[in-house]
Amino acid sequence: MSTAYNIFLYLLIAMCFMCLYRVIKGPTIADRMVGIDIMGILVVGITAIIAVKTGQMFVLDIGIAWIILSFIATLTLAKYLGRNKLNE
Amino acid sequence: MNETIGLILISVGVLFDLFGCLGLVRFPDVYNRLQSATKCVTLGTWCILLGVFVCYGFTEIGVKALISIPLLFFAATVAAHSLARGAYHYGFRLWGKSAVDEYEKEVKQMEAGMDNTEGAASGDASGSA
Amino acid sequence: MRYFAFFILLMGLWLLFTFRVEADSLIVGGICAAVTTAIFGKYFQVRVRCLLEPARYFWAFLYLFIFSWECLKANLDVAYRVLHPKLPINPGIVKIKLNIQSDIGRAMLANSITMTPGTITVDIVEDHIFIHWIYVSTTDPEVYSKKICGRFETYIRRIFE
Repeated sequence: MSTAYNIFLYLLIAMCFMCLYRVIKGPTIADRMVGIDIMGILVVGITAIIAVKTGQMFVLDIGIAWIILSFIATLTLAKYLGRNKLNE
Repeated sequence: MNETIGLILISVGVLFDLFGCLGLVRFPDVYNRLQSATKCVTLGTWCILLGVFVCYGFTEIGVKALISIPLLFFAATVAAHSLARGAYHYGFRLWGKSAVDEYEKEVKQMEAGMDNTEGAASGDASGSA
Repeated sequence: MRYFAFFILLMGLWLLFTFRVEADSLIVGGICAAVTTAIFGKYFQVRVRCLLEPARYFWAFLYLFIFSWECLKANLDVAYRVLHPKLPINPGIVKIKLNIQSDIGRAMLANSITMTPGTITVDIVEDHIFIHWIYVSTTDPEVYSKKICGRFETYIRRIFE
């Protein structure tokens, strides 16, 4: 059972690297923001799997706090985008 | 028994996450990337949290996983559409081969109104109510 | 009355988060809920009578199942488009007239549309909602309004109005 959880963890970390590829490569600033937003949601999945693997309940608290923090970060960045204009 | 169902749910969730990230890498512009990534990754994480709930039942971990689900629903959707709106107002237009764009006229009108009053009305995010 | 309902909701949320009933956790939760109520209570614009009608909860329960089914369909749809080698997409932004008046109903509708097949909400301007659609199959407003909004509007009106 534990090996299955390990495989899921490795897969999720590989997906985080896919998001990181979009953050580094992304042609525009909005693409980078999308990558960061999606990475925040993936981390919640990682904390849930760690919680079910180790049986420690405090790990899910980290996940809940992470949801709220990443939400506020994305809102702030989106607000910043809406205020400014692209200089062509 | 419960643990097997939970494991199946978690693996389905990881699979959906994988599709979402593939979409993030493959699609051509910001809005399509936002579509695939938000939908698939959110449902995938819901499936993982539901799997945790099925494994542990109504204990402390299970209930915490269950109340993360509505929290994630509001956080992910509101973040996605504020990002889409911000990107459009910043000036990224749709992908070249797009079919229709009925928002462009509205945004031009809004910007014309804003120039008159010099930034007094910087419309707020509509869905954050 | 409205403030009291808000306080009760916050306290219930706190009890679910901490998941134990002891004196110290109850005291801390009560203080935090009171401070939050004092600061943010004026934004809680809900008629308390509406919170106590059982019919709304019944429709909300039914809505949950319909929403889950649509959400699953949305994900299979996106998976098909991602795995297809040619990327069959035809994106565009369309404009739809809203028939819902209350703010919370509109927010719920926008969030539901974001999670359903191929659509994401971009903005709400007065009575119109702008939707980014990944595969624009028709440009007739009647047809696509029904296709995108029709399945949710009746339920949301029953729940929130």
